[in-house]
Amino acid sequence: MEEQPKLPDLNTPPRPQHDHTAPITDADGSLQVLGFKSVDAGHESTEPLGHSAGGTTAKQPVRALILTGFGINCEEEFAAAYKLAGAEPTIVHLNQVLHGHISIHDYDILNFPGGFSFGDDLGSGVVLANKLRYRKNAEGRTLLDDIKQFIANGKFVMGICNGFQVLVKLGLLPNLSGNVTPEVTLTHNASGRYEDRWVRLKVNPKSNSPFLKGIDSMEVPVRHGEGRLIIKGEETLAEIETRALNCLAYTDFDGSPTDVYPHNPNGADLNCAGLTDTTGQVFGLMPHPEAFLSLYNHPDWARRKRQNPGLSEEGDGLRLFRNIVEHVQGQTAAVPQEASQFSS
Amino acid sequence: MDSTQRTIQLLLKPGQHDGEGQRVAEAAQRHLGLSTGRVQSTALYTVRYPVSDEQLRDFATHCLQDPVLNDVALDEFRHGAEFKSYILVAKLPGVTDDEGISAQNALGDFLNQPLDTHTQHIFSKRLYFLEHELPESSLRRLAEELLGNKMINRFEVGPIAQIRDYTPRPGGGAESITNTVPLVGLSDEELVKLSKDNLYALNLEEMRAVRDHYTSIAEERQAAGLPQDPTDCELEIIAQTWSEHCKHKEFSAVIKYKDADTGEEFEVDSLFKTYIKNATSEVDRQLRANGNDWLIKVFSDNAGAVRINPESLFVWKVETHNSPSAIDPYGGAITGILGNNRDPLATGIGGARLLFNTNVLCFGNPEFNGTLLSNQLHPRRIFEGVRKGIEDGGNKSGVPTVNGAIVFDDRYAGKPLVYCGTGAVMPMQLAGLDSWEKKIDAQDRIIMAGGRVGKDGIHGATFSSIELDETSPATAVQIGSPITQKLAMDFLILATRRGLIKCSTDNGAGGLSSSIGELATISGGAVVELEKVPLKYPGLRPWEIFVSESQERFSLAVEPAKMTELMSLGQEMEVELTDIGYFTSDGSLDVRFDGESVARIDMEFLHNGVPRKVLEAEWTKPTAQEPALPADLDYTDVLSRLLGSLNICSRESVIRQYDHEVKGRTIIKPLMGATGQAPQDAAVVRFNFESWEGVAVSNGILPRFGDLDAYHMSAGAFDEAVRQIVAVGGKLPNLSYGDGNFWSVNDNFCVPDSVYDPATNPDGKHKLAKLVRMCQALRDATAAYCIPLTSGKDSMKNDFKADGVKISVPPTVLYSMTAKIEDVRRTITSDFKQADDVVYLLGETYDELGGSEFYQLFGELGANVPKVRFEEAKALYTLMGEANEKGLIQSCHDLSDGGLAVGLAEATFGHGFGADVELPATGLGLSAQLFSESHSRFVATVAPEDVVAFEQHFGARATRLGVVTQDSQLTVRHGGQTAISASTAALRHEWTNGPVNRIIGFGQQEVAH
Repeated sequence: MEEQPKLPDLNTPPRPQHDHTAPITDADGSLQVLGFKSVDAGHESTEPLGHSAGGTTAKQPVRALILTGFGINCEEEFAAAYKLAGAEPTIVHLNQVLHGHISIHDYDILNFPGGFSFGDDLGSGVVLANKLRYRKNAEGRTLLDDIKQFIANGKFVMGICNGFQVLVKLGLLPNLSGNVTPEVTLTHNASGRYEDRWVRLKVNPKSNSPFLKGIDSMEVPVRHGEGRLIIKGEETLAEIETRALNCLAYTDFDGSPTDVYPHNPNGADLNCAGLTDTTGQVFGLMPHPEAFLSLYNHPDWARRKRQNPGLSEEGDGLRLFRNIVEHVQGQTAAVPQEASQFSS
Repeated sequence: MDSTQRTIQLLLKPGQHDGEGQRVAEAAQRHLGLSTGRVQSTALYTVRYPVSDEQLRDFATHCLQDPVLNDVALDEFRHGAEFKSYILVAKLPGVTDDEGISAQNALGDFLNQPLDTHTQHIFSKRLYFLEHELPESSLRRLAEELLGNKMINRFEVGPIAQIRDYTPRPGGGAESITNTVPLVGLSDEELVKLSKDNLYALNLEEMRAVRDHYTSIAEERQAAGLPQDPTDCELEIIAQTWSEHCKHKEFSAVIKYKDADTGEEFEVDSLFKTYIKNATSEVDRQLRANGNDWLIKVFSDNAGAVRINPESLFVWKVETHNSPSAIDPYGGAITGILGNNRDPLATGIGGARLLFNTNVLCFGNPEFNGTLLSNQLHPRRIFEGVRKGIEDGGNKSGVPTVNGAIVFDDRYAGKPLVYCGTGAVMPMQLAGLDSWEKKIDAQDRIIMAGGRVGKDGIHGATFSSIELDETSPATAVQIGSPITQKLAMDFLILATRRGLIKCSTDNGAGGLSSSIGELATISGGAVVELEKVPLKYPGLRPWEIFVSESQERFSLAVEPAKMTELMSLGQEMEVELTDIGYFTSDGSLDVRFDGESVARIDMEFLHNGVPRKVLEAEWTKPTAQEPALPADLDYTDVLSRLLGSLNICSRESVIRQYDHEVKGRTIIKPLMGATGQAPQDAAVVRFNFESWEGVAVSNGILPRFGDLDAYHMSAGAFDEAVRQIVAVGGKLPNLSYGDGNFWSVNDNFCVPDSVYDPATNPDGKHKLAKLVRMCQALRDATAAYCIPLTSGKDSMKNDFKADGVKISVPPTVLYSMTAKIEDVRRTITSDFKQADDVVYLLGETYDELGGSEFYQLFGELGANVPKVRFEEAKALYTLMGEANEKGLIQSCHDLSDGGLAVGLAEATFGHGFGADVELPATGLGLSAQLFSESHSRFVATVAPEDVVAFEQHFGARATRLGVVTQDSQLTVRHGGQTAISASTAALRHEWTNGPVNRIIGFGQQEVAH
């Protein structure tokens, strides 16, 4: 992971930055985090979120950093997912991170939510990916430099929908080469249109990603216009399959992967709905697990509840978040120092 | 090619599917009959920024090119040898170009340079190549009909050997000149001409009032060193402030009403005051008397507000954006939805969080195949454009579009109706202050936040107050930029919670003139320094800057001490903030440019000087009769045809292109069930992830009943919205002391020109009488259900005139309702849940087929318009609330278009159940039992074990019809005969493959599994 991409900006000396503001500080001089910790529009507060009930109070909570701003719009449900899974989510504006006011290394999981970053006018996720790769902070580092370090430290990155598109356009997924250069792409659905519909996913049993541990299948909504995964070249395709990086597939009602619309809503290669990198630490998917946190998100909830009054009130999507939070908790228990290694 | 201008072209790599090119070729064949051969689509970026060859190449390949999909060509227009013609689609100067700005953003990041994103350096275009050699006229037609709109795009077309490029160069023209407009001494004819020539949209009496005002203050103005005559800017401010759009002159007019049938005469002293405001005051009195004090803000500010709980407010606003959508459907709809979003965002202090959007659209028949009038767009094109505008406006803002309705009627073919609604949640307190209050003191600064000002949208307020004709102005068209607004929205949310903003308002119709003019009434005056206003490009006159409706802007009032913190937050979040003046308390609106006076107007005259209109209304009951239909109707066939009819068929292709569940809080979506194809009555959205409290949202609109009786149409629409909320489990308000069960309703009237004129509008009195009757029904409904209106809007000139023909909308009213849901987990969906559940009809069916979809099938209107019996309806709704409390109802669907038969069929669409139903022998004919659209009715199912309790609870209000079956057959019997026998899969197929999904090109859906 130490190898730098051969890109022209490496020869360009750092230039004056667009932004000259100092971090905003309060009366005591301590940094004010931009953005809400509360995800709760009905009971807003600027106080940090309380930890969810459970026996984790003795331990350091798992910290999830959720980026927002510039058209990202699924940050609130993303944070709710982590909160329900027992982690401590923090939503921050991208500029806080890009300008170095917040360090991603203070967190365990870095999250790119869905939305339309920068309007997606050049293709989904392109402008944001470009910013992560090229825009330098005052020390001359790009955020991609930090993300590479973050992954090398054994931490986790998750992208949903537009966030997945960013990770793909950036080359963090699938990153077969380790060079962080784009190897696949996500483009316009075969139907040519944006669609919101519920799909069934099957988890690739060979996937090594802790996000998917113990999950066979799940129902989730897709809400995108550019979710069709296109893999360039047979070799790349074969390698993705061999290494089981195509971790999620669209399936029909019987649970078999399918290329038939609308079960496969976009016509993706390998019927693929999500990818991991080779380490399994970086995970992205087009559908929205954070939109299925409660049973009542499902279009058929009322009939299912009638059929089975004792049905769990939790949605399928929450399992992903519980997985990764438990995994990180297990890690920190084993290696207590690691989480704070890069904190200042 | 210009040496400082470089071009980057992105082409799809050979072998990549060119979906866009294929769609263009297909649409050209299908809609225009043009054979294009293969079409190749490419993207062009023209860079007008100094870059080296190497930088250009690297920028193109690293930032714009998708390495998997695209090839790049630099400074050329590359195309395959087989192509013979080209079409270039560029934007006209000053038109929003988000794609160009995005590319520019990427260039700034790539170069690590602080590129000013507010000056355009990169221009995006599309370049198409066509295999066939087509004449220029055909290419231009294809371009104008399918690829863009001549109001916003510039097209270059021709043979491929001669590709002409075009890059907009905005600006030029006039500079900071302020003229005076001689008014004193003008004759009546000259005054009218002046108003028309300048698009002031003021009538003679109003022009006289302005002239007389200036005559009366001549000495004061002279003493103050001001010209005797008004400046151009002053007249523009007055025209905008006095526009029908802003001032609602017809809803405030004195109306002399006469009933020609009975001879009854009376005078209405303002429709708004009499039927809307006073009615809501009475409701509020009753609510408060019963310990329900949740009505916080009504008919003031940008949106109404009700209290959800001690911590938070629900803010609700619905508006129309009709005229712009007629000219540029996409731009009109997207600015409509984004503009409506700004209303709740800028209510009180500001910074509410948007919870959902809803929209109701009225179009002409999209399958119209007659001749269009000059500048009239085809209804299909308006439909597709508006739909796309709502998709982008909602999806890109991250606001779920949770429900809506589409109504078709040929009379909407001139001007469509585009209603946009937005609900939002706001804390009761922001930084320790009451969030819903607007407070401003003299010396507070005026800050403009968000986008910059251009010539786009000049005269929107006045333009929407007149009828459209073939010469309607291009400057009235605007394109919204959802991304710009999202940034401003994120900023507002933070800034208000930090206490940096005293209050905010949006820049919508009338621009700064309207927003500052209104805010200045709070402190009692303002000084605006127009030279500070950031412009998109030079060349705007001061008055243009002041009235421009360039989008995505807010005006903020900020305490001087908070300025530093506010400005640094803006910089951090990349939202442009500009200090453009300050509030005063001297009673005048003082507008300057570089210290020179541009306008100085007395606020009292500006806001209260408009002369009151006196209008005439005369009602005669239309003559109508019930038709004689064939006796041997095949009711199965009738039901199938109804399900496939324009106003009943599935809207799935439209619904699925809207994100209806971003934010993860939508509990009842427009389509539900295992199939995802069961239509629902009202949407339900929870407020947050920490409680199960939520809000139900519904829309009532029934224009076709207005042809029989506008009173019953309006009452019926109100009832429809109420019963949709009751169907999903909502409870009427004020049923018990302090139950806190809020309801919040917006009324939106869209009517044709209703001002009588013997020559141009001979039936004006009749139209106005319809409006009066619609308002009377509103008053009666409000009182009957104790449901308050919190905000509303009226759009009074929905006529399209061209080639000597006038197309006027039918008088239309939309009631958009919201109501609190205590626990969203207890809501009810419309689809059948389990076999053997018992099916009931709740409420009573009458011989009311007048205006029904059933009669419509036979081209008949009928006479017996459905009437709302408010007392009976209220009693039934109260019983339903109690039954839901006990969990007695498993599914519930309100009956409206197509009556009981369609309601039963739709309830089977969720899973593939059937139903076996026997209609009672009531003396009512079979057609009426099946298809009457009598109000206040539901089809509900009950678990077998609850039947006794259910029947006891509802008594005679419930009629047992039959049972839900496993066998996917809908059987309806009557008097020992089988009236309907159909496979529910076949019925769903008819419904799903109706004209709407066919037109939007939705794929064939799988039949029930």
